[in-house]
Amino acid sequence: MTDLRICHLYPEHLNIYADRGNIAVLRYRCERRDIAFAVRGCGPGDPLPEADLYYLGGGQDRDQVAVAGDLVARSGDLRAAVDGGAAVLAVCGGYQLLGHGYRGHAGDDMPGTGLVDLVTEAGPTRMIGNIAIRCELDPGRPRTVVGFENHAGRTHLGEGVEPLGQVLHGHGNNGADGGEGVRTGRVLGTYIHGPLLPKNPWLADWLVGASLERRHGTVALDPLDDALESEAHRVAERIAAAG
Amino acid sequence: MIPFPAKVAAARAAAGLSRRAGAGGGTSLPGKLLLRIAPDAVTRLSSRLAGGVIALSATNGKTTTAKMLASMLEPEHRLCRNAAGANLASGVASALIGCRHAELGVFEVDEAALEELAPALRPRVLGLGNLFRDQLDRYGELELVAARWRRISDGPWRIVRNADDPLVAALPAGAGSLSYGIDDPAVALPELPHAADSKWCAACGERLHYDAVYLGHLGAWRCPACGNARPPLDVAATSVRFDGLAGTDITVATPLGARRVRMPLPGLYNVYNALAAVAMACAAGGVPLGRMAAGLEAFGPAFGRFERVATGAGEAVLVLSKNPAGANEVIRTLAHDPAPKRLVVALNDRIADGRDVSWIWDVDFELLAPGVESVVTSGTRAAEMAMRLKYAGVDPDVMRVEPDLAAALDTAVAAGDGPAYVLTTYTAMLELRGALTRRGVVPPYWEAA
Repeated sequence: MTDLRICHLYPEHLNIYADRGNIAVLRYRCERRDIAFAVRGCGPGDPLPEADLYYLGGGQDRDQVAVAGDLVARSGDLRAAVDGGAAVLAVCGGYQLLGHGYRGHAGDDMPGTGLVDLVTEAGPTRMIGNIAIRCELDPGRPRTVVGFENHAGRTHLGEGVEPLGQVLHGHGNNGADGGEGVRTGRVLGTYIHGPLLPKNPWLADWLVGASLERRHGTVALDPLDDALESEAHRVAERIAAAG
Repeated sequence: MIPFPAKVAAARAAAGLSRRAGAGGGTSLPGKLLLRIAPDAVTRLSSRLAGGVIALSATNGKTTTAKMLASMLEPEHRLCRNAAGANLASGVASALIGCRHAELGVFEVDEAALEELAPALRPRVLGLGNLFRDQLDRYGELELVAARWRRISDGPWRIVRNADDPLVAALPAGAGSLSYGIDDPAVALPELPHAADSKWCAACGERLHYDAVYLGHLGAWRCPACGNARPPLDVAATSVRFDGLAGTDITVATPLGARRVRMPLPGLYNVYNALAAVAMACAAGGVPLGRMAAGLEAFGPAFGRFERVATGAGEAVLVLSKNPAGANEVIRTLAHDPAPKRLVVALNDRIADGRDVSWIWDVDFELLAPGVESVVTSGTRAAEMAMRLKYAGVDPDVMRVEPDLAAALDTAVAAGDGPAYVLTTYTAMLELRGALTRRGVVPPYWEAA
């Protein structure tokens, strides 16, 4: 039987924006298609479980700092997992931890894993509001992602690193270059929560497909009834456009 | 220069105009006007209250707690209150403008506004209740709210604090402070809920151990590493017994003695509200235990808190549900009555609700699903709410999406006998009340409080 294994990193610390909603959506969309679903938590000091998808959410500043060192110590293991075909989804604070680190205003610097070539620095104001972006994860198939952003960090991608999408409405990575999030291979990072996946079921399915490839190759995913999801997406996009 | 009394009179006149123009009860506007021309108005007006001020703040329970305290004090005192829940500086100033002959102030204060309002009101007693995650886009992280409170908790006032909340218990409190909490493991939860906010020791960062979890992260906590623990309780509830949605019996132990009380309100969060009110009355002094008990027993729900209202065609129970901890308690309380229910779940994303609706995923709607007969979702994010309920296990066949609030209510009421239960965010409740007021079946909100 096809099965998907998820590792939820620091579920006790990084969960501020209802991150369990993302996990619930992945579970629902797998189980509806008879794909067995298993999620394992990994806290500070725990051995890193083998998984098809590693999930990192956002936390309060204090909680984020509390786990940053532990995560950085696992950078090699995470890199090996990604090289072995595992996918990563990192949201908000988790997204910042994917990069080289966070430069705070005064002494509140935070190290990063360096898994992706990006860096974040504290900005003078928080970027808060509804957001919509346009992505093209599969060439020739543009889609939108909708949600909410709330971050003080300004994230800058390294030379040649692609954002997850282009901002239609909202701030994005830094409010200046029009990019939002990051995508390299099967590694996704984004400031968009809401949570991210419920209103963007196509992205949830993309992640399920990308994660399954490691052990199961290309798996055809039957369509599900997404009438409510589509309506919620449409309303959120309209609200984001209204500013 | 315009003298202060003339400024107050002008602001008072504006309240009357606002009300006559149908623009609302003037619960914020006159204060906003007055503060613009007299920034120290809150201090000047509140210092005229001969009996002083009692102020309180919390994430959840402010309006109910203030109303309970008023119910204890009202027979003996003429009170000035911001009863309709307008709890920013403008709302407190409006209340002060509106009561010329009061002698004692009882004010609820927004948790983010407390840092500004406590020094302005200079309360005799300051109640600090729970801190839960709420409207992250507006308040910021919980730690930031706690930091604001830390800057004012050690002031020239008697602190009354919720000892069951580790974050609140960690605040500095001067001499004469009182601590309250629940002491009845029989009503404890089996474990800390997933949405618990403050599970780490404020002193050393170690994971807290709970001998009993009562609500969210509230309980009998202690740190296994540094010995930090819940302070001894000056006011405690023991022997809690729920009588469905009809009421709750508790024994309240206070420095004045213990008393068995029957409250006509459901839910453990109302036990916390009652304890806060009793402890503040104890700290204020001069209120006999019998008066406190009578105040709790005669209490009617604050508006929108399990409040029964006529809809024209039937009856509804309005239940404010605006953040994860509050909504989870509402769901736990609804489960006290196992009969299947017809629900309206209304989700707005206006500024006063919090524009970020992520929080609905931290609410355990999964526990609600088995008790649902039918649901109409409504509000600006009606479809999103329906989607959340689908993932919680509510059968999509018994759900309808109706963004118009009054239409949603009518649909739910017409679908069967008995009241429809309306779980709603703050602005959705005000809009719904507005619709029912225009039908002439409920009084306007500034009179209902």
